[in-house]
Amino acid sequence: MASLKDLRNRIASVKATQKITKAMQMVAAAKLRRAQAAAESARPYAERMDEVLAGLAASLRGAEGAPPLMVGTGKDEVHLLIVATADRGLCGAFNSSIVRLAREHAQRLLADGKEVKILCVGRKGFDQLRRTHRERIIDTISLRDVKQVGFSNAKEIAEKVLGLFEEEAFDVATVFYARFRSVVSQIPTAQQIIPAQIPDVVEGEEQASSGPTALYEYEPDEYEILEELLPRNIAVQIFRALLENAASEQGARMSAMDNATRNAGEMIDKLTLTYNRTRQAQITKELIEIISGAEAL
Amino acid sequence: MAESFRFELVSPERLVMSGDVRQVDVPGAEGDFGVLVNHAPMISTLRPGVLVVFSDERQRQEVFVRGGFAEVRPDLLTVLAEQAVPVEEIDAETLNQEIQNAEEDVEDAKDHDTREKAERQLAQLREVVAALRAAGHG
Repeated sequence: MASLKDLRNRIASVKATQKITKAMQMVAAAKLRRAQAAAESARPYAERMDEVLAGLAASLRGAEGAPPLMVGTGKDEVHLLIVATADRGLCGAFNSSIVRLAREHAQRLLADGKEVKILCVGRKGFDQLRRTHRERIIDTISLRDVKQVGFSNAKEIAEKVLGLFEEEAFDVATVFYARFRSVVSQIPTAQQIIPAQIPDVVEGEEQASSGPTALYEYEPDEYEILEELLPRNIAVQIFRALLENAASEQGARMSAMDNATRNAGEMIDKLTLTYNRTRQAQITKELIEIISGAEAL
Repeated sequence: MAESFRFELVSPERLVMSGDVRQVDVPGAEGDFGVLVNHAPMISTLRPGVLVVFSDERQRQEVFVRGGFAEVRPDLLTVLAEQAVPVEEIDAETLNQEIQNAEEDVEDAKDHDTREKAERQLAQLREVVAALRAAGHG
């Protein structure tokens, strides 16, 4: 049986922990708002980009010599997995779930006899993946010192990826990140970026008079524009993944810390009950001792 | 009174500008072009340069843009620029940084085509910077 002093100490320590988790939860909530706003304001650009690319791709479909970024290298041998995770822990299963998805994907590819290369964005993903896939990790990018993910960060990663693609170091690239649905739900997602997955233009829309795609004049020609836009689109896709990830991370941390705070509260209640019981038991014991001592006289 | 049309200037990080305007001069890759209402639909890439927006008779705004493209429709102009900074906010340091980056691109270029492209970018950038300096910015 723990002594009263031990119990008091434990209660104090759990209370201190609860204060920390509570503070972390509030910080995460504030950061989440900012991350969500950033993700929101990046949306128009990405949407426009998609629209224009879809139009261009539709008008160039089936054409000879389309850029390799769109149609691929024609092979499907080497896969590059870009695993975007957080640089910090204490956010529940956020990092693990992304890593799990990436690992399953890698396993499947390896079973099919493909080659897998991994590019880690964020330290946590690297920490987890290096245990099983150390020799496949080609690079790690840490965003630890970055307060707010900017387009320049995404561009840096995109340039690295494009450089590798030009050296023909891989055929297919896929980004792994957590899509932000709500504070309590983040969905680990795999998205292929090379060759580009371009949404099809809806058939009916194309035929309607408002169908913009066929009517455009291009300056310079379609091919050149596409060649310039595709690399930019890679950066945009990565940027989007990073922003979603940032929001998801804060959301996951917020709910993880909310749970931790609640658990700490429960623990404090339980410990306080034990403490009071023990105290009362001790008083009773002392009383019995005094009374039986008095009776014996 | 000329009619107005909708204009949106978008950078990857946010919607920079949005509203009804009368005319926009866009620095296109193959030459500057002015857009008025009911312009024929077209898509053009941008070269680094200054975008001029005329929102009404008196108002005129200048924005430095770099990298991206413009999409023109009869009632809408969308400019997607990797970078968009109002000319008033540009300082010498940013411009120098830009030029330095472009110079590095030229040095890093691996094959002839990339080098040529990078050199062209650099030349365009220098031109714009010189013009901006002459106008008293930076």
